[in-house]
Amino acid sequence: MSDVTLDKVAKSPVSKRPRISPLNQRRWSNFKANRRGYWSFWIFLFLFFFTLCAEFIANDRPILVSYKGELLAPVFVDYPEEKFGGFLPVTDYRDPVNIEEIEANGWMLWPPIRYSYQTVNADVPRPAPSPPTWRLSTEEACRKFPDGVNDAQCNYGNWNWLGTDDQARDVVARLIYGFRISVLFGLVLTALSAVIGVSAGAVQGYYGGWVDLIFQRFIEIWTSIPLLYLLIIVASVLPPGFWILLSIMLLFSWTGFVGIVRAEFLRARNFEYVNAARALGVSNGTIMFRHLLPNAMVATLTFMPFILSGSITALTSLDFLGFGLPPGSPSLGELLKQGQNNLQAPWLGLMGFVVISVMLSLLIFIGEAVRDAFDPRKTFE
Amino acid sequence: MRSTLARLSSDPPMTEPLLKVEDLSVTFTAAGTTTHAVRNISFDINKGETVALVGESGSGKSVSALSVLKLLPYPPASHPSGRIVFEGQDLLTASERELRGVRGNDVTMIFQEPMTSLNPLHTIERQIGEILSLHGHLGEDGGHSRIIELLNQVGIRDPEKRLGAFPHQLSGGQRQRVMIAMSLANEPKLLIADEPTTALDVTVQAQILELLNKLKADKGLSMLFITHDLGIVRKFADRVCVMTQGEIVETGATADIFDNPQHDYTKHLLAAEPKGEPPAHDENAEIIMQGDDIKVWFPIKKGFMRKTVDHVKAVDGIDLKLRAGQTLGVVGESGSGKTTLGLALTRMISSQGKIAFVGKDIDSYSFNEMKPLRSEMQIVFQDPYGSLSPRMSVAEIIAEGLHIHKPGQTFEQIDATVSSVLEEVGLDPETRHRYPHEFSGGQRQRMAIARAMVLEPKFVMLDEPTSALDMSVQAQVVELLLRLQEQRNLAYLFISHDLKVVRALANEVIVMRLGKVVEQGPSRQIFDEPRDDYTKALMAAAFDLATAPAGIVNQ
Repeated sequence: MSDVTLDKVAKSPVSKRPRISPLNQRRWSNFKANRRGYWSFWIFLFLFFFTLCAEFIANDRPILVSYKGELLAPVFVDYPEEKFGGFLPVTDYRDPVNIEEIEANGWMLWPPIRYSYQTVNADVPRPAPSPPTWRLSTEEACRKFPDGVNDAQCNYGNWNWLGTDDQARDVVARLIYGFRISVLFGLVLTALSAVIGVSAGAVQGYYGGWVDLIFQRFIEIWTSIPLLYLLIIVASVLPPGFWILLSIMLLFSWTGFVGIVRAEFLRARNFEYVNAARALGVSNGTIMFRHLLPNAMVATLTFMPFILSGSITALTSLDFLGFGLPPGSPSLGELLKQGQNNLQAPWLGLMGFVVISVMLSLLIFIGEAVRDAFDPRKTFE
Repeated sequence: MRSTLARLSSDPPMTEPLLKVEDLSVTFTAAGTTTHAVRNISFDINKGETVALVGESGSGKSVSALSVLKLLPYPPASHPSGRIVFEGQDLLTASERELRGVRGNDVTMIFQEPMTSLNPLHTIERQIGEILSLHGHLGEDGGHSRIIELLNQVGIRDPEKRLGAFPHQLSGGQRQRVMIAMSLANEPKLLIADEPTTALDVTVQAQILELLNKLKADKGLSMLFITHDLGIVRKFADRVCVMTQGEIVETGATADIFDNPQHDYTKHLLAAEPKGEPPAHDENAEIIMQGDDIKVWFPIKKGFMRKTVDHVKAVDGIDLKLRAGQTLGVVGESGSGKTTLGLALTRMISSQGKIAFVGKDIDSYSFNEMKPLRSEMQIVFQDPYGSLSPRMSVAEIIAEGLHIHKPGQTFEQIDATVSSVLEEVGLDPETRHRYPHEFSGGQRQRMAIARAMVLEPKFVMLDEPTSALDMSVQAQVVELLLRLQEQRNLAYLFISHDLKVVRALANEVIVMRLGKVVEQGPSRQIFDEPRDDYTKALMAAAFDLATAPAGIVNQ
């Protein structure tokens, strides 16, 4: 379509269609009717966007700095230390010398938590893993600061609310970043698996016959490759990272969608409106996309939250086993591992457990509500 | 015929009627909204009498019949008012236990769809044996002799050999006979037949109706007959109740209703036979579609190597010629290969034999080579509920073909074309942004026609376009098709088992049976002086509901 027509479409007054079709309106009200799922959806959405802004919530550098009349944003820009009279290539804003220098010539706006996921707290009150600050007296919490309780740096932002892990990194910061990376990993993996799986299932279901037969046998062989061993082998060759891990898991996770989509396409390819479209001369691709995919989408969308939670669990368990994200990454699985190794510091295992179980429960509740919303027996009378 | 009816209807009901329905209402409550399906209807059925409930789809006739045995889904359904008195007992207030004693024993039902009303996993003997044992009528030999007797009564040939048959091994007519045998097993007093012949071919329909009539005469059975087919009512019912929108608007003896209808709706229903004159025969018009020796054989493969051992000859050597502005009717029973022939001509399935479309030999064209021609040959399908994508708006459905065959049009141009074609088929263009489920069957079939017409085809294959519609809607669709043909000089291939509609539309007819042509010629000749015995049987069954001697048609 040329630009001219697009322009006219936008201006055209003829479009009187409601923005949401009645069908989707009914689905939305079905979704809302499941109170638990509806609330889980909003809570999850809040947590997700909250953690998306993790850099502004938990960071080892201030959001804004005013230094000698100049406004700086260390969250976005790496300033060399010589700007503040030092010599390091990147400024350490937690360094008491730098803090004093900046405070003397301006001010700093810190995030509520002054640790990033890999910031090592040099001032842990007890040897790492150090317990949560609220379990310590104020004197003990401020023990390592030069002025003790009266030190300006012994403030809420520098406390470790849920303690530190065995490398003296703040647990709250690691949980926030860990939640984010888990959900992002799950979302990307689910979305990519859906794209590949739905396409593969669509082609198999639509063409049937030999295509279907060969693809199905291929998938059977493919899924019998053990994922864990493959990951161990690959990890020894390639450096494990977010994208490498994602691609390896993607190689196997797309097959989950094939079955349902293939079944929907097999069922729907003989519908009369599909024949009608064929009689109009509509190409196979368009028929699959426009006429058949909406049928399969209901099953796919219903399946999706469960695949999402499955992906997150898979990442967590790989991290736990040590085949997951590279060392130092804020991963929930690694936190659980530390909890296992440091039974004297129960806050590690407990917090990992709480965050993972809340996240997965929310996703399952949302999944149930989505399933209700798309239930044809509820949508169509 | 008329005298029998007069005698029956003038017979005064000496005793209390067998079934007395008084002031019956049925409402359905779903998601806070209440639908009044049936409103305050009353009717009686006397002993040995057939009462027909006539109405179009959605008139509440089936719901009324189902409430007699309380077979509706309760609680969504409820009865705010009414009494259903059967032999002095009110069935609406009867307990579930008492009802079970009545169901299948004193009152039985036959349903429309013989495919689904028999359990596919049980043999015939077991199905009939079950209903006998439920009411304790098995007898000494486990009901064996009784089952054979019943199968003989309903006219199943060689019943001993059929006892072990599963439903899928029987034809539709035979299945319906088994259903009737089941319903007769316990010698009921009242038989409720809910459109028992709608799913059957005309010749089989005539046989089933004759069987029901015979059983009624032999056993003094009362019948509540639910149908939309006025021809059946006229021939078989003693009294008629005309229903519309949940109300009985007229009740009376059959002859009175047909000769002297009082209510407007009854008049409307009686006048709804498809009318119209097919286009005049024109030898000189351009030949649009020509087929020579068309064959569609489906291979039957057997064994490990999948060797082809035989073929199902769905279409077996058919010649035809179709000229612009003419209509070729293809008639035949289900399974005769009518639709397969149409699909072969439109190259939707592969076939052998020469197919020429406007002079081009298209029989070797691939799917992509066919694409530019698709705008000139269009198909209107049978089921208007299935042929429109439920997820696209009317405008999107109709414009789909335009995007492919007339690319580069602006949104306004397409929208204007869609609006004008909607107007042409008699729909309000303002409704084009709605979705198909918001429309009635007749409106949806108009949309399907609009989708075909918007591409300005030369040839349209009409695959039973009226058989899913009510009678009065059928007449309107036939009228529309005739008008469009006249305006656009269209060539129609009209496939139907409904000979009344074919007579109104086609000027040439092919009668098909088992993939072969039985008789071919101008429609007047075929309808007025059929030569072949099979054609004669078909005509007799369709127009007079008369059965043919054994051997000419299938059971």
